[in-house]
Amino acid sequence: MALLEADRVAAEKPPRRDPATPTWRERFRRDRFLLLLAVPGMTVVLLFQYVPLLGNVIAFKDYQPYIGIADSPWVGWSNFGVILNLDPAFLTALANTLIISFLQVVFVFPVPIALALLLNSLVSERLKRLVQSVLYLPHFMSWVIVVALFQHMLGNGGLVNAWLRSKGMEGFSLIGDPELFKAVITSQVIWKDTGWGTILFLAALSRVDLSLYEAAAVDGASRLRQLWHITLPSIRGVIVLLLILKLGDSLTVGFEQILLQQRAVGVDASEVLDTYVYNNGVINGDWGSSAAVGLVKGVIGVALVLGANKVAHIFGERGVYSR
Amino acid sequence: MSAYSRTPAPPVRAAKGLVLLLCCAVVVLPFVAVVATSLAGQRQINAAGGYVLWPSPVTFDAYRAVFAGGVVTRALVISLLVTTVGTLLSLTCSALLAYALSRPGSLGSRPLLMLVLFTLLFSPGIIPLYLVVRQIGLLDSHWSLILPVLINGFNVIVIRSFFLDLPRDLLDSARMDGAGETQVLWRVVLPLSKAVLAVVGLFYAVSYWNSFFSAQLYLNDAADWPLQQVLRTFVVDNSTMGVDNTALAGELPPPQQAMQMAVLVISLVPILLIYPFLQRHFAKGVLVGAVKG
Repeated sequence: MALLEADRVAAEKPPRRDPATPTWRERFRRDRFLLLLAVPGMTVVLLFQYVPLLGNVIAFKDYQPYIGIADSPWVGWSNFGVILNLDPAFLTALANTLIISFLQVVFVFPVPIALALLLNSLVSERLKRLVQSVLYLPHFMSWVIVVALFQHMLGNGGLVNAWLRSKGMEGFSLIGDPELFKAVITSQVIWKDTGWGTILFLAALSRVDLSLYEAAAVDGASRLRQLWHITLPSIRGVIVLLLILKLGDSLTVGFEQILLQQRAVGVDASEVLDTYVYNNGVINGDWGSSAAVGLVKGVIGVALVLGANKVAHIFGERGVYSR
Repeated sequence: MSAYSRTPAPPVRAAKGLVLLLCCAVVVLPFVAVVATSLAGQRQINAAGGYVLWPSPVTFDAYRAVFAGGVVTRALVISLLVTTVGTLLSLTCSALLAYALSRPGSLGSRPLLMLVLFTLLFSPGIIPLYLVVRQIGLLDSHWSLILPVLINGFNVIVIRSFFLDLPRDLLDSARMDGAGETQVLWRVVLPLSKAVLAVVGLFYAVSYWNSFFSAQLYLNDAADWPLQQVLRTFVVDNSTMGVDNTALAGELPPPQQAMQMAVLVISLVPILLIYPFLQRHFAKGVLVGAVKG
């Protein structure tokens, strides 16, 4: 028996192999506990992140719900017609998306930087922490709540209008006006996420070597020059990183936020790519071309992130990831 | 006192104070108005033109009517259940996955980590995801609010980077003392990681509580809706809320405005309750650490 056992062990471990590198089987035996732990999480990731990627084949099919994905006929690129033929509804959605993205980069992105600089310049730590805890709060509110608050504060019958009228002044019409819709959603984003957006900048600012300011002050640099030559360069990396993420995301703008308010302002002012896919596909049942739009949007989105990151590398920044 | 922290000139200080005060007021005032209006009576609301900033006299009629209606109560229970079950499952699966990916060189950990990281780059797309959810029979089930968002790749990476920073010697010595893999995880790793698990758990909880679109997409029956969807119909779309008159015993129903604000407050309370905990932890730079990694 003992001999057989020894034989079996010898057969399992061929003598010529370098003993430092374990075989697959040994690695599996060693790590099977870890692999087991990964199973539930990975199952969910595969099922709800990767399987839907395969589901994008319906962009090339005439998908009919009652016969299923597999049996629906292939139609080549014809679903992409809405994009290639510049379908007006698609163009509206694309234009709105790009305009809103542009507004967000120009008007939303700089606000947390300014606020972070202001907070960082406070001498009193307690005041700083108090202000922070107030300003972070809106980030944790749902879009339903934010939209509801805006309607009830700034709407035609809202608090501000009621107050103006009670003082004999004329009210204003802001919420529900298609012309002003993009300004409204931009200010909603500012209200909700400015405070939260300061976190990363404040973290970067807290790592600045204070002796730099001492030296600058000794050399007679004014506060503004200190800001320009010490403070801003020290958060440049974070700014670039977040700008990259923002640009990479520029085809995705406030889906829940816009969907909630679409009924009031109409499709022309508010349709963006994501709502177009939802309204056209899930609501109107035009599965194929909606999936095509969604697919193109996804591919361009990934390309944008990778491209923006590449640009950051060229400019000598670390970017989102580095090789 | 260092050159940097020297107190600036009075006008500068005043300007800063004013800007910060304004910022805080813009955030706080809407909440004050909402809470006050929900507690105000018909007469005061009418006199003020719709909203009040200080209720007098205070009345809880709006809340009584809202809870008597049944719709909000049911939605509240659904939201609480989905949030609790979802958070527990999400946290468990994320922590286990993060631990599985936290030993460099273990079999398969690199490709699996890549699979998780790639999910940060793209989103699966509304239509294909909807089709998958329908295919596996989750439509009209509350599991559709949980399973598709069970794992957030970013949260997994946050936990993983925390696990990676745990002192290896500690884990090794536990193994030397004869602790099995399960015991190392349960007795050493998880207790040391309470802070990060608390933050990630709170983030999951907030996102479950706040989500409204999954319900809109996957649940056809309004009776199944969570609170955010109900809030949407009553407060954003201004549908009239039914009032169960038997519960009011012949009194006039409370003003619609107060009832809307009461529903808003009910949906706010859980967030406000956990906010202090959230705040204590996220300041510790957990997020920053994750971005660095």
